[in-house]
Amino acid sequence: MATTVNPTIKDKDDLLIEDLGYDDHFHEHHDGDKYQSSFITTYIFSQDHKMIAKQFLITGMFWAIIGALMSLVFRLQLGFPDDSLAWLKPVLGKWIQLNAETGMGTLAPEFYYALVTMHGTIIVFFVLTAGLSGTFSNLLIPLQVGARDMASPLLNMLSYWFFFLAGVVMFASLFLSTGPFAGGWTAYPPLSALPQASSGSGAGMTLWVVSLVFFVVSVLLGGVNYITTVLNLRTKGMSMWRLPLTIWAFFITAIIGLLSFPVLVSGLLLIMFDRGLGTSFYLSEIFIGGQALDHVGGSPILYQHLFWFLGHPEVYIIILPAMGIVSEVLSVHARKPIFGYKAMVFSILAIAFLSFIVWAHHMFMSGVNPFISNFFVVFTLIIAVPSAVKVFNWIATLYGGNIRFNSASLFSIGFVSLFISGGLTGIFLGNSALDIQLHDTYFVVAHFHIVMGVAAFFGMFAGIYHWYPKMFGRFMNETLGRIHFWGTIAGSYAIFWPMHYLGMAGVPRRYYRFDTFDSFSHFTDMNQFITIAAIVVFALQVLFVINFFYSIWYGKKMTVKNPWQATTLEWTTPINVGHGNWEGNIPTVQRWAYDYGKDGHDFISQIEPLKEGEQTAH
Amino acid sequence: MATTETLTENEVQMTEDWSGAGSPFRASYGKLMMWYFLLSDAFTFAGFLIAYGALRFSSPTWPVPDFVFSTHPFGSGHAPLIFVTVMSFLLIISSVTMVRAVQEGHKENKNGVVFWMLLTIIGGAGFLGCQAWEWNNLIAHEHMTVTTNPFGTHVVDGVYLDDDHGHAYANASERETFKRGESYLIHKDEESSEWIQRRFEYKDEESGQAMMGVQNFGPKAFGALFFFITGFHGFHVFSGVLFLLIIMINAASGLYVARKNGYEMVEKIGLYWHFVDLVWVFVFLVFYLL
Repeated sequence: MATTVNPTIKDKDDLLIEDLGYDDHFHEHHDGDKYQSSFITTYIFSQDHKMIAKQFLITGMFWAIIGALMSLVFRLQLGFPDDSLAWLKPVLGKWIQLNAETGMGTLAPEFYYALVTMHGTIIVFFVLTAGLSGTFSNLLIPLQVGARDMASPLLNMLSYWFFFLAGVVMFASLFLSTGPFAGGWTAYPPLSALPQASSGSGAGMTLWVVSLVFFVVSVLLGGVNYITTVLNLRTKGMSMWRLPLTIWAFFITAIIGLLSFPVLVSGLLLIMFDRGLGTSFYLSEIFIGGQALDHVGGSPILYQHLFWFLGHPEVYIIILPAMGIVSEVLSVHARKPIFGYKAMVFSILAIAFLSFIVWAHHMFMSGVNPFISNFFVVFTLIIAVPSAVKVFNWIATLYGGNIRFNSASLFSIGFVSLFISGGLTGIFLGNSALDIQLHDTYFVVAHFHIVMGVAAFFGMFAGIYHWYPKMFGRFMNETLGRIHFWGTIAGSYAIFWPMHYLGMAGVPRRYYRFDTFDSFSHFTDMNQFITIAAIVVFALQVLFVINFFYSIWYGKKMTVKNPWQATTLEWTTPINVGHGNWEGNIPTVQRWAYDYGKDGHDFISQIEPLKEGEQTAH
Repeated sequence: MATTETLTENEVQMTEDWSGAGSPFRASYGKLMMWYFLLSDAFTFAGFLIAYGALRFSSPTWPVPDFVFSTHPFGSGHAPLIFVTVMSFLLIISSVTMVRAVQEGHKENKNGVVFWMLLTIIGGAGFLGCQAWEWNNLIAHEHMTVTTNPFGTHVVDGVYLDDDHGHAYANASERETFKRGESYLIHKDEESSEWIQRRFEYKDEESGQAMMGVQNFGPKAFGALFFFITGFHGFHVFSGVLFLLIIMINAASGLYVARKNGYEMVEKIGLYWHFVDLVWVFVFLVFYLL
């Protein structure tokens, strides 16, 4: 790739890298050229981690738009159940049923369930797992630890293409005549285990499983790469305690994924046996259409255990990368070292450990033993401790800081706000006794959308605005970014805050309409309000997407290597980074990642050696 | 950095290993990747074995392994677990030969590597052959499938009214007795392919009255779990044999000689092979011993 900076003019960072860095003979092999010699090897089957990161990001954005559009359709149904949806007929086809006399178009109830199911599956797996951790682990791990690329660029490329394949299969399932899977994103049996159970349980569910197995392969290929890169490819001087918190977060996220996703595969393979070969792993004494099936001895609860053994760590797979990004972005834009660096690392470790022993709090009402529930209540509530440590540290980082308010830092601050709001309701839901009232209501919907849905999106937005110059060499439009932030945070609260009240009143989730129930029909106005807010928030995301793509070609150009005056290694690379990240030597690391406002300096890059007599804890 | 004098040699080494530009576990990234893959694969198997435990403990009876696995290809004698012992032995021995192959690799001895890998492949293929025979015997001769389990267990003491072929005994003196907890195999009539569920008489414990019962099928989950878990393990062995073959051919072709890294590919596939053996120990434990 051509560099726009005159290579003969060297800045301070270049000189430091020349002096103190070391030559790993990378550019003698000319591997960089081998990998980026044609259009196909540069943009499609690229093995460069930065290009793979962009591929993950843009694919994730594609899925985010699909998933959000789905939510709009079912929000229209919930907010305006009596209005005609005939105008959606050109898009949704037979899933909009027209009344021959009045011309009134209604959403087919089975498709409503399919929309809810696909919305969850797509956002959880394709957007907030692949789109978030896939994007930023790929982009930042090699750049911030000081590596030329991932440990295995080939496996890294395969990781993306397995994700792509998973996406193709899931996308195909949307066009089946029987519709995509419609039994909820958790795919509980018997709806998922019996092809005849509902229209989406047939081919739709088969494709759902195939897609998710490909997805797990992608996660594992990515995961082993992230872990080994962090362990083995750190540059000289980059000890674990000098890693930026982003890397700690991605590293631990990859380990969680590696240990939890395989158990989902176990659960899904057993489901395939029940579906295809007539086994009874999850099925027992079932009647369909008055017909007794000869399945005996299985346990649907077994599936729930296997699923949530993944499912709960999964929410930390989603939120930890966002936390890492927020820690980094807040520190850079508050011009202060992150408060309690080691406490942050230990709280990530504590959350990761606890995430494996709390899964049954998703199953309090499924008939598990109440004594077992006690165990899970206690550990669930203990997660509040490391979470609170992180929240206090973020606030303390901001406190007294010389805060630069821009899109990236605003979204980070928004993340903290959402994480507090959503986290507090988690303390309610973690109690098995309160779950008797609250389970499967809109209270749950509000809780997880705020704490892991919107919050993780905020982390992702913060990351995109912050590292956009590194990805594309240009900035995103700041005004549009701020409109995006203020509208989205106000709109998100407008959508999810009222849902807490719905939930406390007992309004159940996944229902097709509420106006026909005496107990819930008085919430019509609130449901309309939520729907309108959702449409507004979606419009703001369209604004973001336009800003994103417009800025790739027409955004303000990055003219300095380190526009945010950050300390980490990615900002010592050339403006247009080629394969191998650094042109000459690899930099060595002399200090930790958060020397902001130290000894009269605004910031000191990680590659600057310690001065004589300088005190450092790392 | 803290004062070096107060640190032990070990601690200094530890700090150096972790301070970047090196490998903290003294292993290449490829070997680390294999370790982490195996860790995740262990969780997949753990998921299956937990499913096994959950279904087994929710089932009132479970087939007795000594009864189910008592056949072997050499004659028809009752030989509990003999055949599976032979096949497990083959697999374990193949781990030993694998260790030798890795050892020869460290010595950069090409012929040694190829020889010991060949023995490993023979061991793995032999294990797969034994498994094929065992599956064939269970499916074709004993008629166990993923949905039907003809291995039942008596829950009462009683006296059979029918013989092995489903015909009623001519007189009472011929009748065969059985005890609670005894195992039986429900046969299939070879011609009509109908199940022969033998009738029997037993005494009801509460009322003391004579009652009649028939042989019931065993828990469905047994067959499904057996074929699923041993099949999943067999698939691992099969892929292992394929990879061993490829790597052996590569080694024989001299591909690894130039690398001078102690035949690291052999070491990596060795890790996988030992893992597959280790998993078999657990599979063996739950299906054949417990």
